[in-house]
Amino acid sequence: MKCSEFLQELTDYLDGVIDANTKAELEEHLSWCHNCYVVCDTTKKTIEIYRDSHLYELPEDLRGRLRSAIVSKCQARKKAGPEGA
Amino acid sequence: MGAIQPRVGEPVSDELALVQAARAGDVGAFEELVRRYDRNIFRIAQHITQNREDAEDVVQDAFFKAYSNLNQFQGQSKFYTWLVRIAVNEALMKLRRRRPERTVSLDEDVKTEDDTVPREVADWSPNPEQQYTQAELREILDRTIHGLPASFRTVFVLRDVEGLSTEETAEALDLSIPAVKSRLLRARLQLRSRLSKYFQRHEKANERQKPGSGDHQS
Ligand SMILES: [Zn+2]
Repeated sequence: MKCSEFLQELTDYLDGVIDANTKAELEEHLSWCHNCYVVCDTTKKTIEIYRDSHLYELPEDLRGRLRSAIVSKCQARKKAGPEGA
Repeated sequence: MGAIQPRVGEPVSDELALVQAARAGDVGAFEELVRRYDRNIFRIAQHITQNREDAEDVVQDAFFKAYSNLNQFQGQSKFYTWLVRIAVNEALMKLRRRRPERTVSLDEDVKTEDDTVPREVADWSPNPEQQYTQAELREILDRTIHGLPASFRTVFVLRDVEGLSTEETAEALDLSIPAVKSRLLRARLQLRSRLSKYFQRHEKANERQKPGSGDHQS
């Protein structure tokens, strides 16, 4: 397997959605190709860091304000009745 | 090295019942759906619009639109996927309004240099994120993802941050599965390469770029 072929399979490999044969080939490649090993390992870390980052958390006070705004709009619409019915 | 562990989703068994109650006019049931997904929708909206006010508007507009169109929801997909689809469209409209000079489309298949294998990559230090404070790290991550094209950001946030499947992402974005996969690969590789300058293991600690040093500390 060449490095370019490895890269083609990287996303499926990280997502764990490849068949056993391809997986074995990829891991054979990783055993000797340091470059692809690092790309694979740091890509995995990239995903984990973003997933666990708590980036753009919704603050509780804002959350409450947004929810009451949504609920009152929905209630107003309910009173107005279904459109065009 | 194994696969990344997927985030465990919330149980959706009672969800259809909530949707049906809301459709029958039970605003309380709809409020429960808002509670369940408002954080996710806010995060997605902020990732796409990159603007806090716009993200707030998207949360309100998307939920209200969902409520008003509940009778259009077919129940063939998950409620959440349907809701995400509405929210992504609202967010893209905001983005277009703010940046009319740029075409913002999920269809653009942005060509990048990432089709080739990255070369001469240096490994990262173990637990590289721990070299920074939480605030510094958030600024690095925010700044890094900012530079990605909207179509890449959107696929990345749905797949890797929110944990939607490839099929659900394709459905929410109206893209083919190969298109989702190719954007996801490029988004991941671009983020990886951009983060490397902060996380690489090399002993030039003094040259390491630190965000927020000086003028605008958040
Ligand atoms: Zn290789």
